[in-house]
Amino acid sequence: MSGTYLGLPSFPKAAHDSTRDTQLRANLTHATHTIRTKRATAINELTDWPQLRAAGAAIKDHTLHHLDHYLLQLEAAVTAAGGTVHWALDANEANTIATQIIKNTGETEVVKIKSMTTQETGLNHALETAGIHAYETDLAELIVQLANDKPSHILVPAIHKNRTEIRDIFTTHMTHWGRPAPDNLTDNPTDLAEAARLHLREKFLNTKIGISGANFMIAETGTMVILESEGNGRMCLTLPDTLITIAGIEKIIPTYQDLEVFLQTLPRSSTAERMNPYTSLWTGTTPHDGPHTFHLILLDNGRTDTLADTTGQQALRCIRCSACLNVCPVYERAGGHAYGSPYPGPIGAILTPQLRGTTTPLDTSLPYASTLCGACYDVCPVAINIPQVLVHLRERITQGGPTTTHGTRTTIQPAKGHRLERTTMRATRWTLNHPTALQHAHNLATHTRHLHPQHLPGPAHHWTDTRNLPPLPPHTFRHWWQHHHQTPPTTNTGKGTDTRSETATDTGTDTGTAGTDTGTGTGTGTNTQTDGGPQQ
Amino acid sequence: MTTNTSRDEILRRIRQALGTPTPTTPPDPTTIPRNYLTTHAHRTPQQTTNLLADNLTDYRATVHRTTETHLPHTIANLLTHHGTQRAITPPGLPPHWLTHITTPLTTTTTDTHPDPHTLDTIDTVITHSALAIAETGTIILDASPDQGHRAITLIPDHHICIITPDHIVESLPQALPRLNPTRPQTWISGPSATSDIELTRIEGVHGPRTLDVIIVTAEPSTAPAETVSDEPSA
Ligand code: SF4
Repeated sequence: MSGTYLGLPSFPKAAHDSTRDTQLRANLTHATHTIRTKRATAINELTDWPQLRAAGAAIKDHTLHHLDHYLLQLEAAVTAAGGTVHWALDANEANTIATQIIKNTGETEVVKIKSMTTQETGLNHALETAGIHAYETDLAELIVQLANDKPSHILVPAIHKNRTEIRDIFTTHMTHWGRPAPDNLTDNPTDLAEAARLHLREKFLNTKIGISGANFMIAETGTMVILESEGNGRMCLTLPDTLITIAGIEKIIPTYQDLEVFLQTLPRSSTAERMNPYTSLWTGTTPHDGPHTFHLILLDNGRTDTLADTTGQQALRCIRCSACLNVCPVYERAGGHAYGSPYPGPIGAILTPQLRGTTTPLDTSLPYASTLCGACYDVCPVAINIPQVLVHLRERITQGGPTTTHGTRTTIQPAKGHRLERTTMRATRWTLNHPTALQHAHNLATHTRHLHPQHLPGPAHHWTDTRNLPPLPPHTFRHWWQHHHQTPPTTNTGKGTDTRSETATDTGTDTGTAGTDTGTGTGTGTNTQTDGGPQQ
Repeated sequence: MTTNTSRDEILRRIRQALGTPTPTTPPDPTTIPRNYLTTHAHRTPQQTTNLLADNLTDYRATVHRTTETHLPHTIANLLTHHGTQRAITPPGLPPHWLTHITTPLTTTTTDTHPDPHTLDTIDTVITHSALAIAETGTIILDASPDQGHRAITLIPDHHICIITPDHIVESLPQALPRLNPTRPQTWISGPSATSDIELTRIEGVHGPRTLDVIIVTAEPSTAPAETVSDEPSA
């Protein structure tokens, strides 16, 4: 992925700092809880939510399993409709192609609609290096860009800024980029939005090149689909002469009919609305309406490597709704920046290390940025079993094993710094597999409880510096059971505890069942657990 | 620019990942389960129209009901009420809808791009719509001659959009078969909105800030007491 994010601290370090930012935590809590609650209502309106969720997962899986076919079909359809299709193996190639297209027009400014894919490739930076200035036009992205900051949430990227901070950013920075903020700008959100409207309209009316991502690409017709709220997307997609769309190869869906599933599930999961204010569909170019030149850049950048991992590939189903962020207790406290990637939260924790590989301390720490509570799986509208992939990636990090990197099958070694954990895991696994040893270990532990220290030795002392170790009970559970019952307990492994992480394969049937929890639950238990918030 | 090498390499990597060294046989999408609903309730056409109106209102569009006969009055009144100095229409809008208008009116043509700077000086755009979806409160424009270029419904600050009875469907699955995907489509659910500043909803950062929807009904408009709304999940 992009060079922009390299050199960032690992998740625990970044989270250590961000959890002390009380403003960020307060804003995030407010945002995630607001969206979570609204989402419950929006989803309960659809009695067939489990079926829609299963269909969404099945469409995406079907597409991934025939990705070569659908990409070629898409390429043919876009070309027939007057567009040009480019293929980019990695971020650099995508940026180079885009830069070259812009240079050929002689322009030096572009307007952009919010796109996580171009954040992934670090496009703005690459363009800047080539002397091309890219204006972000989504209000939140504008705030983030003017502040020279990074987005912290997929849907509400400036959630970490409050209104006064935004007013100060506008007053100080707008003038360097174009139309200045009005004099005496207040921190009233309506006034702030008006300032942004005037500042950006000047850009929309004069800029000849637009850059976008895509929510969906329809293979049969070559149609691109973008969902948005503000109308800045429509501006970027229709006013410029040239439109460049950069999209990951996983954004494809086979047919126009498939939209009936995703246009029902995405807005409701994302912003908790029945439908987002604006959705744009375009196919190649249309004479006298919209851009007369259209370029589509199809991006791999680690996606085919992800596809090669049969457990991890389900991350490619993601439709970027951000519902999993809004229910995640870790995200709520740590914030988006801690994930060091455009993809934060639970989806970021499984997507980023797969796209980038697990070579840096940050990327090896991401699969641990979770409590494995399973709330993310429950809300996901395409039923991605995030906890399952997290556990799978942890295993890869601690044990190494076969993987695919840059299209080459290879075997990786356990990641540095995870060897101790690996040894512990092995010992634990051995003990768990030998019931007698386990029983002895338990007995030993309970009988020596008065000798247990209050603080852990070694690196684990950090944990016990601020917490008390829970005391062990005087007897083991087995002992207690034997004492109270005549028959010894049968060892019941599996069923009942956490079915989420057990579901090995997400077939349509599985996801349908899982979806029932999310959609039809009316009891408070289900709702508070599963109802999380929403984009592109 | 595009190198065939990258194209070939991406396709190779996909086929290696899938374990299918040669191109896959044409897939069979009929295996995808589609047992979701095509509509979420049984409704009379009247109930469907009411639901559409409710959902549009919920997204802060202003809904007006009128009959075909009164439509020209309704349009003219809305222009006056909004204080419109200049209005614009696409070339295919039925001329008799505009007979009561006194405001200066520009009509676009289909064979040229409208100039965005000129559009920026226009207050109101008046268009028909291709379709409206009741369950989501969505209006769809498909750039047909009675709706015009995408830019004309984007730059002016006020959009008057007319929905005729034959253009209302209940749900998304009912809408798609009636649309041509290769026409440029704009789906509108309420006016432009943002929640980026402390999650406060603000109408209109970029698109029209006022959306007046006129639903044309066969009968005189229903009295408010009879406008029973039904929930989409009923
Ligand atoms: S819930 Fe998370 S993983 Fe699932 S589609 Fe939404 S963003 Fe992607």
